[in-house]
Amino acid sequence: MSRNLFKAKQYATTKVYRSRPQELRGSEEDKPNVPQGIMTKCPGCGKLIYTKLLIKSHKTCECGYCFRVSANERLEMILDEDTFVEMDHQLTTRDPLNFPGYADKLVKTQTQTGLVDGLVTGRGLICGYPTYIGVMDASFFMGSMGTAIGEKLCRMYEKATHERLPVIVFTASGGARMQEGIFSLMQMAKVSAAVAKHSQAGLLYITVLTDPTTGGVTASFAMLGDIILAEPGALIGFAGPRVIEQTIGQKLPEGFQRAEFLLEHGFVDKIVTRDKLKNTLGSLLKLHKKHEYDVTYN
Amino acid sequence: MDLTPWDKVKLARMPIRPTGLDYIELIFKGFVELHGDRLYREDRAIVGGIGFFNDLPVTIIAQQKGRNTKENISRNFSMPHPEGYRKALRLMKQAEKFNRPVICFIDTPGAFCGIGAEERGQGEAIATNLAEMMMLRTPIISVVISEGGSGGALALGVADKIYMLENAIYSILSPEGFASILYKDASKAETAANDMKLTAQDLYQFGIIDGIIKEPAGGAHNDFEYVTLQVKDAIGADLKELMTLSVDEMLEKRYQKFRNI
Repeated sequence: MSRNLFKAKQYATTKVYRSRPQELRGSEEDKPNVPQGIMTKCPGCGKLIYTKLLIKSHKTCECGYCFRVSANERLEMILDEDTFVEMDHQLTTRDPLNFPGYADKLVKTQTQTGLVDGLVTGRGLICGYPTYIGVMDASFFMGSMGTAIGEKLCRMYEKATHERLPVIVFTASGGARMQEGIFSLMQMAKVSAAVAKHSQAGLLYITVLTDPTTGGVTASFAMLGDIILAEPGALIGFAGPRVIEQTIGQKLPEGFQRAEFLLEHGFVDKIVTRDKLKNTLGSLLKLHKKHEYDVTYN
Repeated sequence: MDLTPWDKVKLARMPIRPTGLDYIELIFKGFVELHGDRLYREDRAIVGGIGFFNDLPVTIIAQQKGRNTKENISRNFSMPHPEGYRKALRLMKQAEKFNRPVICFIDTPGAFCGIGAEERGQGEAIATNLAEMMMLRTPIISVVISEGGSGGALALGVADKIYMLENAIYSILSPEGFASILYKDASKAETAANDMKLTAQDLYQFGIIDGIIKEPAGGAHNDFEYVTLQVKDAIGADLKELMTLSVDEMLEKRYQKFRNI
């Protein structure tokens, strides 16, 4: 079964289920007989699946393929109902390089996705255990990290350190946000610093690497978890596969940089399927509960 | 005449430009090179060791380009593998143990991307350096001498004081890579170099670096002694300042320096 995962050459997006932006949708009256998004094709095995069924099955195909999910869908899957309190919802970038065309593209992407940037942070409960949680959303500039994501992450780690709570981060990112140049690069150091302080306080940090996790995100907070989980088949690496192929001039082996490959090479603690993800996180939080009390009361 | 960002990119990459080992030779005395990451192998893209800065023992870590093709092949064009970063971290931890300041010279197009680098966790190696350097209980000074490319440069760049040479560049990615991602055309590197704001002057203005080391007309190779004297002065003044702080004060300042970007 897992071999099928590697065949995925193309990644699915969740656009099919979301109401599509007006300019892409065109005039709906023109084609009233074409119902949109009833069936979804799995990029893993090519089978057509009822979209409703797919949503019920945590957006996982029978073949094991995990469809990409939005930050909000992820929060719904993981957190106890009605426990999420979002932080810094409005925080956005100030376009530090004054990069040509960036401001316009930002506004357009914000309208299309309904997100302010590619990360949602906040506090909530998982199986009754309190935790801070950050979820990246690959539909926003490929989840790339610029100053807004860097700042939001830092504030979350700092708040968690202050309140002595764990942090869980779901990564989904193409790496650093190109349009913010050197500022994006520096976010890697800035966020790693906040992670290090949280860690020094003896607190638990779990990362869940989802498809795709690459570049500057892999090379900073994604790989710094005390425990690193991954979703089956997720692409995880520093350099992207295309860049590597161009650099070394040869085809990459099948399954290269997939979650299973990282597990094999010792960089991931555990691969967890979506149906077990919430409970796994709940158990891990429970396992670290006592330890945190020790540190506090000693 | 003022150089354009693209002129600086070309200047920073000139094979005649002084390399890490050239700085080590002129600035420090009695350098003893130490090899290996103790985990997998020796990475010659990064040189590390101990030497005297005036009378003070310091740990020196430098990314090393070759002067010719043969040297460059053995140095992998100064593109480190994970073991290079792990060697650097080992030597930094050693420096912390013996209370030695750490001086880093940054000069890399970027961390190497290849099958082995991924298999051995390039991302993990860089990430670990970022977090560990932030907490290292000894002063760190980094100087970007030519090219500071991406996370591969930053992995030696989490420091109390950061300098760039006047014609050095420091960026998220090479202008070619940047152009191919954003403009879908690697030949637009010159436009990219302009848009990216990658010169020492830009970064100083942003408050990301602490100072610019002046170069003679035409570049550092034209009067290398002049350049090294300034680097020496900067390191000397900074060490004096940093060593008056308590370690906790120093670490707090280091944290805030990056936190405010």
